[in-house]
Amino acid sequence: MAILVTPETRILVQGITGDFGGRHAGLSLDYGTRVVAGVTPGKGGQFFEHGPHRVPIFNSVADAARATCAMVSAIFVPPPFAADAILECADAGLDLAVAITEGIPVKDMVRVKRAMAGGRTRLVGPNCPGIVTPGTGEQSHGGCRIGIAPGYIHRSGHVGVVSRSGTLTYEAVYQLTVRSIGQTTCVGIGGDPVNGTSHLDVIRMFNDDPETRGIVMIGEIGGSTEVEAARWIKANCKKPVAGFIAGATAPPGRRMGHAGAIVGGAEDTAAAKIAVFRECGIEVAVTPSDMADALVRAAKARGVSLS
Amino acid sequence: MNVHEYQAKALFEKFGVPVPKGAPARTPDEFVGALSLLPEGPTMVKSQIHAGGRGKGTFTDGYKGGVKFCKTKAEAKEVAARMLGNTLVTLQTGPAGRKVQTVYFTTASDIKKEYYMAILLDRARSRPVIVASTEGGVEIEKVARETPDKIFKVVVDPAYGLADYQVRELVTKLGMAGAEAKNASRFVRALYGVYWETDATMVEVNPLITTGAGEVVALDAKVSFDDNALFRHPDIVALRDLNEEDPKEIEASKHALNYIALDGDIACLVNGAGLAMSTMDIIKHFGGSPANFLDVGGGASREQVVAAFKIILGDPKVKGILVNIFGGIMDCDVIAHGIVEAVRLVGLRLPLVVRLEGNNVAAGKATLAASGVSIVSGDSMADAAQKIVKLVA
Repeated sequence: MAILVTPETRILVQGITGDFGGRHAGLSLDYGTRVVAGVTPGKGGQFFEHGPHRVPIFNSVADAARATCAMVSAIFVPPPFAADAILECADAGLDLAVAITEGIPVKDMVRVKRAMAGGRTRLVGPNCPGIVTPGTGEQSHGGCRIGIAPGYIHRSGHVGVVSRSGTLTYEAVYQLTVRSIGQTTCVGIGGDPVNGTSHLDVIRMFNDDPETRGIVMIGEIGGSTEVEAARWIKANCKKPVAGFIAGATAPPGRRMGHAGAIVGGAEDTAAAKIAVFRECGIEVAVTPSDMADALVRAAKARGVSLS
Repeated sequence: MNVHEYQAKALFEKFGVPVPKGAPARTPDEFVGALSLLPEGPTMVKSQIHAGGRGKGTFTDGYKGGVKFCKTKAEAKEVAARMLGNTLVTLQTGPAGRKVQTVYFTTASDIKKEYYMAILLDRARSRPVIVASTEGGVEIEKVARETPDKIFKVVVDPAYGLADYQVRELVTKLGMAGAEAKNASRFVRALYGVYWETDATMVEVNPLITTGAGEVVALDAKVSFDDNALFRHPDIVALRDLNEEDPKEIEASKHALNYIALDGDIACLVNGAGLAMSTMDIIKHFGGSPANFLDVGGGASREQVVAAFKIILGDPKVKGILVNIFGGIMDCDVIAHGIVEAVRLVGLRLPLVVRLEGNNVAAGKATLAASGVSIVSGDSMADAAQKIVKLVA
């Protein structure tokens, strides 16, 4: 098992005819992911060709979902049109929309999030690397890769990874894989102030997933979703958790104005978040090189086997 | 993106937020014309720089105060002459200060009481929040810490917008009644209009004042805009003042690089914001000090790497460079060629540690080794950071 997506999940790609979307749709096909449809308004009826693959393109998400039974979308639509693309997924009743697009205006996301509240469609992202559930083939081939992460660094196994940043996620995954510790699912929730799925949402899923035996949670300065997740972990999660927070040396003046400190509270600095992690029994990675080892320590302390 | 106070106030006026009568001047010749737009009597002179703490700031020639009260317009003209072209140092500018290239004259207001008001995103709720306080004109962080009961918040539902009852409640909490309350309600609505319609990330008024005549006025105005939304606001883009931005940061943005200058001596070049931040962290962890944040993006090209090296080396404080690339999709060998080319182009003499990992890494490492360029290889982030810290020590 895994969370959110399995190797059998059929996905559609919004923006498949763009450079960015096309390139990564191709890489996902190479990885063995079931990319079954593309969506580009006005290009319905055409095909996305990649090696032996011939993926039908549709004018709308609803058309694509109806014809191919894909219930998960990867969104590569440019920022001015991305909010609309997300809403289209919600309207078509998909299970999951993964928005890779970077640079969506905050106001658009505030409105999208409000519109999706209470609905059936889950949003992951935006501004995220996506989701990978590794396959069991060579270099994790045969898995479900939605987004832009390098598939080959993964390995099928029992650790869940959740992170706000892209390359830092790859760093953590790579550290695990070279230690022969595989992953159930790796989820990039994105670095934007307003996103669809929080650390806590993903941690709950990992906690409920019988295959996941340990969790790596990677956060950043700003906001309070890591703190919220940490407090929940302390009260509810029996699995070993390792945590890392990036941005201890980031200049504070470059973030928000004064009023931000009031709304966010004093809990959005790296030091404050790390202190909460410790208080909640999360094994803290002291440097980004220590992420996998931190989880190994946490697992050992609880007598849990990760491999 | 940030704008000057006089620009923010022009925007306020457009949305119906009352501000004192004012006029900016960019040269001494413009002083008379600007002052002629104001009535005779007490006048404020305000240095226009993108930094707070102007009133308590000091100019590099020893002149004190970047915001001054003058009894007459004649006095205001003299004070403006001292400020314009002078460099103002405040708590937020750093020791180098900022050159004042515009002064702003406003009529001095009859202040009855000072308040605080800001509108920004409540991240936890993903909704706009109005923050107001009866304690204005002071550091709001201090109020939040010492007397949090004097801070009031209104969270706005983006589907419905700001509701009348919310405005009434807020104004009542601020202790206003009668004509004052009516004016304050209009003020809050108009200020919310500025925030929502312009895609601002923050609108801050400190102080917001009431006058003896019951008016409600924004004495100061700070507005930051969402860079991601600028494409739909060409009028706001036109307000950008490049003089207020670090030339290295402007150059970086031309190459789609995200660069922020810091105070240390170890330059970093990294792909991805999270990895870039944690590279700075790990340098600090091993006793070094980062000179910058530099994210070349998830799929850096050879040209970008060359541009990044030039920008890094434009900082005279830099004593060594750490390159940390996790090549997920992009080819490490392409990056390695970019590094070698950059080092040759700029004639690098400083210590350089490179940590490459990911796609086609063996070829990348071979390229670096065969280049004849003096590069120290790091095996992991920790190893690379320790090596560069040792080399610059």
